[in-house]
Amino acid sequence: MDLYEYQGKQYFHRFGIPTSPGGVADTVEEAVVQADQAGYPVVVKAQVKVGGRGKAGGIKLAKDPAEVRQHAGAILGLDIKGHVVKRLWIEHASDIAREYYASFTLDRPNKLHLGMLSTAGGVDIEEVAATNPEAIARLHIDPVEGLSQETARRWVDEAGLDEEARDEAATVLVRLYHCFVEGDCDLAEINPLIFTTDGRVHALDAKVTLDENAAYRHPEWEALGGSDTDDEREKMAKARGLNYIGLSGSVGIIANGAGLAMSTLDVVTQVGGSAANFLDIGGGANAAVMAAALEVINSDPAVRSIFVNIFGGITRVDEVAKGIIEALTHVEIRSPIVLRLDGTNSVEGRELLAPHLSDRLLAESTMLDGARRAVALAGQAGQ
Amino acid sequence: MSIFVDERTKVVVQGLTGGQGRFHGLRNRDYGTQVVAGVTPGKGGTDVEGIPVFDSMHEAVAATGADASFVVVPPRFACDAILEAAVAGIGFIVCITEGIPAQDEALTYNRLRREFPTVRLLGPNCPGIISPGKTNIGITSGDIALAGGPVGIVSRSGTLTYQALYELSQQGVGQTTCVGIGGDPVPGTNFIDCLEAFQADPDTRAVMMIGEIGGSEEERAAGFIGAQMTKPVVAYIAGVTAPPGRKMGHAGAIISGSQGTAQAKMDALSAAGVSVAANPTEAGERMVEVVRALA
Repeated sequence: MDLYEYQGKQYFHRFGIPTSPGGVADTVEEAVVQADQAGYPVVVKAQVKVGGRGKAGGIKLAKDPAEVRQHAGAILGLDIKGHVVKRLWIEHASDIAREYYASFTLDRPNKLHLGMLSTAGGVDIEEVAATNPEAIARLHIDPVEGLSQETARRWVDEAGLDEEARDEAATVLVRLYHCFVEGDCDLAEINPLIFTTDGRVHALDAKVTLDENAAYRHPEWEALGGSDTDDEREKMAKARGLNYIGLSGSVGIIANGAGLAMSTLDVVTQVGGSAANFLDIGGGANAAVMAAALEVINSDPAVRSIFVNIFGGITRVDEVAKGIIEALTHVEIRSPIVLRLDGTNSVEGRELLAPHLSDRLLAESTMLDGARRAVALAGQAGQ
Repeated sequence: MSIFVDERTKVVVQGLTGGQGRFHGLRNRDYGTQVVAGVTPGKGGTDVEGIPVFDSMHEAVAATGADASFVVVPPRFACDAILEAAVAGIGFIVCITEGIPAQDEALTYNRLRREFPTVRLLGPNCPGIISPGKTNIGITSGDIALAGGPVGIVSRSGTLTYQALYELSQQGVGQTTCVGIGGDPVPGTNFIDCLEAFQADPDTRAVMMIGEIGGSEEERAAGFIGAQMTKPVVAYIAGVTAPPGRKMGHAGAIISGSQGTAQAKMDALSAAGVSVAANPTEAGERMVEVVRALA
């Protein structure tokens, strides 16, 4: 789960990482109230989960309430790469002497934590990594050992941060590391981490991605929830706890396991169709999950056919069959359903479904044939 | 031969008394796996259809001489279960648990690496391992596998592992061992570990590798294949049509920037001499051709 900048800063705050005083605003009037509290000059920042806000006109400096009104009015409702701005973050403007970059993430190939620190902050770090890799000081951290203040201090030396900033930067980095580990982040990034003209180090931006697998030990995350999607189908799927991504095609997809679901999308495309969605019902899905999945797909007006591709392992095909039968009794499914069911308890599952098969509920014996049939039913290909 | 496990492997099911543990533990036993014990704290002294249950791994290993474990417990208990197995002297641990926090996985992996360097962890979030006709540890449906080799299978995705087994078995091509390494960010066993073992196994004469978008493990595997493998490899990569920046179910399956796309992985594998198929069925067909050419 990606956090908005303001949520990321609030998360940082819990771990003692300094940020500028500020607050959120959903209207121009609220923006002025927040600006008055933060103290002028302020920065008015669009809250969207996409990079390049500054270039798109989503970040503006305001020296008085009139300018806050002007900028807040212009930024609210602004479309930044398909994300419409509905919320602003207003904070006291900082006097920046230097801009650094700092982040922690997991280095998957090496199975260690990876810290990245650079004096080339404030810009696209991927570009720095590509064009000037030696400008980034990389630090591998064994999760068993963690990051000590001493190591962090050596690291800021190596990165070449300004002498006067080094002690405080090391402290901020240790706190950011705690945020990354104890806060269960996939990514904790500050860009820019600034050194101010009055000699302080703090976070001017916050990019935090939380590991949803850790939600069970972070009840406070529930408040962060808030859907970041305008896709009604995705909202509906999320409310039912389904792993769904909306796409623009006409073949609804239900599969178990991320790999098989991705592969189903690929195969539908290869036989001339296009998928309406990605939907992985997960391992061990029961009848209720299957029924919910069918309901979500059924709500998508673009769907012309539904391809249910299940290979049972921990998921039992008889449970899937029960879910389909249950959904058919509760909801009128608008589109024909093509089934391909194999694996654990598939014999039992097929037996349960046999009396229900019709021209609206068809069975195919292979994934490729199932995809072809579903695509043909969606009227997309002459296969 | 098979890799990592065989018919002599003695397995403890950690979580045998739970719903999933019971179902899959008993299925494994029915397949022929030596399921010698179960462990559930507080349920020691009971049994599950004749399989004795112990309170701790230490007791289970002392009583049965088990050398492998099958961890099928909820995410919040899984890492402790893995470490308990290692401490008790288990050498091969299969963890099927889905949904373990990445920080826990990273910590557990590194604790194993430091304190128990000879222990092999398979998973988490994987389907397990099956050596057809010998043993099945995990959640794979045993009836889709075919004994006798000569193909080894290694896959990141669980369901695509089954698909690969099924495609080959349907065509009468058997498997030596099929390993599901799992789709999580910190897998205990990776592609290269399995490719290395298949290369060394005299009965495995060709390898099928199933990857997916995200990370760089397939690219690293391609480097290994190009440099070290003499046996033919057929590969399939899922997620060609996946949109960038969206997590496709597996915590690992996400395209970020130009990294981890299916195309990049397919190109790297092709460059290493691997036969790359467009879908699982085609991968099966290509492997049939490879196996015929071996005969």
